[in-house]
Amino acid sequence: MMEPILEARHINKYFRKPVLFHVLKDINFKINKGEFTSIMGKSGCGKSTLLYILSTMDTDYDGELLLNNQLITGAERNELSYIRNKYVGFVFQFHYLLPEFSVLENVILPAKKLGEKSIEEIISDGHDKLKILNIEHLATKRASQISGGEKQRVAIARALINNPSIIMGDEPTGNLDSHNADNVFNIFRQLSDEQNLSLLIVTHDEDFAKQTDRIITMGDGRIIS
Amino acid sequence: MVNWNLILNIAKTHLLTKVKQTSIAALGVTFGIGAYITLVCFMTGLNTMLDDLILNQTPQIHIYNEIKPSNQQPISLYEELNNSIKVVHSIKPKITQKKIHNVLPIIDYLSNNSNVEAVLPQIKTQIFYIAGSIEIGGNLTGFEPIKEVEHFNLNNYIIEGSATALNNIDNSIIIGAGIAEKMSLKIGDRVQVSPLEGGFFPLKIVGIYQSGIADVDAIQSFTNIKTIQRILGKPKNYITDLNLKLYDINIAPQLSKEIENQFNLRAIDIQTANAQFETGTTVRNLITYAVSITLLIVAGFGIYNILNMLIYEKMNDIAILKATGFSGRDVQLIFMSQAMIIGFVGGILGLLIGFGLANFIGTLPFNTEALPTIETYPINLNPLFFLIGFSFAMISTFIAGYLPSKRAEKIDPVKIIRGQ
Repeated sequence: MMEPILEARHINKYFRKPVLFHVLKDINFKINKGEFTSIMGKSGCGKSTLLYILSTMDTDYDGELLLNNQLITGAERNELSYIRNKYVGFVFQFHYLLPEFSVLENVILPAKKLGEKSIEEIISDGHDKLKILNIEHLATKRASQISGGEKQRVAIARALINNPSIIMGDEPTGNLDSHNADNVFNIFRQLSDEQNLSLLIVTHDEDFAKQTDRIITMGDGRIIS
Repeated sequence: MVNWNLILNIAKTHLLTKVKQTSIAALGVTFGIGAYITLVCFMTGLNTMLDDLILNQTPQIHIYNEIKPSNQQPISLYEELNNSIKVVHSIKPKITQKKIHNVLPIIDYLSNNSNVEAVLPQIKTQIFYIAGSIEIGGNLTGFEPIKEVEHFNLNNYIIEGSATALNNIDNSIIIGAGIAEKMSLKIGDRVQVSPLEGGFFPLKIVGIYQSGIADVDAIQSFTNIKTIQRILGKPKNYITDLNLKLYDINIAPQLSKEIENQFNLRAIDIQTANAQFETGTTVRNLITYAVSITLLIVAGFGIYNILNMLIYEKMNDIAILKATGFSGRDVQLIFMSQAMIIGFVGGILGLLIGFGLANFIGTLPFNTEALPTIETYPINLNPLFFLIGFSFAMISTFIAGYLPSKRAEKIDPVKIIRGQ
């Protein structure tokens, strides 16, 4: 039996500036546990906008959003922060590490924020995640001193640190060369296969999308297929 | 549920990786607070000195028997003339004694008053200084030298010799610098004085007095009470003036009225006797406050600027922190704690620098006629100023940090992330 992790019901969103614009039109879909899903579509079709709504960062929408079968639409900002912290891992197109901190610090920051484990456990978790991504040797380096591909892997390790229900990515390979892009895809694939992790990745790289379990295609603010 | 450890750790990392910026921000506070401490110590030091010029020479309440006409002339007691216009020509003051009647119990009574720090009895009289055939008019005041030294800083005005010698040496006198110069007198010499009632008394000079007011120094001399009672041929209870020193100068007007009513004597408080003194003090204090507040506000704006810049630079970090589950409040606390750390470190350094500079000013030479015993600039190292300075450093960094950090709290991570 399929267990839905994330469910969107009748999501509508408008941009009010500079003119009123209906970005997302009645979006309905479900992501099941362990599913590796990609969202495709032309630029401006609203796929990133949708992703940020799903990530709980954008709260300005109509409709309902359920995570682990719990309605999270209308929750308090602090509660949303907590949900993001615990259940959602996020990987951006640009690496978005904190440049002043070491790689390990960057990875374990969300776990420290969550504060469910002791600092020793968190550090050992951090090393584990870095090991999964084959970058354990970078642990003590400054985040500003490592290469782009490495940064993206650190970002993935950070997304994994709290063992989230779902990982979301906004064109995580968009800024990488093909070698590193393959690398990142393989990591995602592996996480999906081996750890039964759910992934939802926005991309306009067709090769990338084809290798995922399911493709959601968007056009003009609607889900086409 | 705030994880202070984590927040402070992030704040610390931000501050330490931007040492230059952090130091500039902290130095802004340091200079502001340092300048505040220096100036306020120096200015209040000068103010206190100027106030002391008055306070040391004016009793807070001066009690004496005033020679004046009776308020009620006998004719007003005559009932049959109640409804008529009464004209009395050439009213003369009532005959009364100069001494305060029944003075010893009054001294006891006032000494027991909890508002009164000290009661200093004095005898004032006119005398002539005799130099050969020349007679120079002057004032001789008899007092209790030890008490005067203790409560009115008399020693500040004795440029040679000492006040306590008055107690130790019989028939001694402290003479004004002006008379000493006119009559070529120095310590150890004898001067003849003659009271209005007649007679000559040779007194030994044990000190030279200089108030800084030339007119006073040209006539004024001091001796102890016993000596003056002997010169005037009066008994031990002959006291013409009582000077009060109070713990709180502000109750002087009220207390002086009570004394006037109770003892039927004239009691003048310092506020009435020196109206310009209060105005001067108020104006000087006002200037001190205005300067300090300006300095502190300038320091506050410096902090505000730097933090604003810091937050502008850290937009990405803020977006990441928020995306990974830090709440707006967490982000705000991170920047607030940076501001407070800057304020704390800068404030402490400022206090130290202020303390150093104020002490340095305190060693600079400063000579004035008015205060012959002062040799360096007066400074007032009141711990209260340090407390105020530190509190202000904390409060101003709090306010200067609050506004930018509030902005950081409100930053929408989606806008930053998508904008790139």
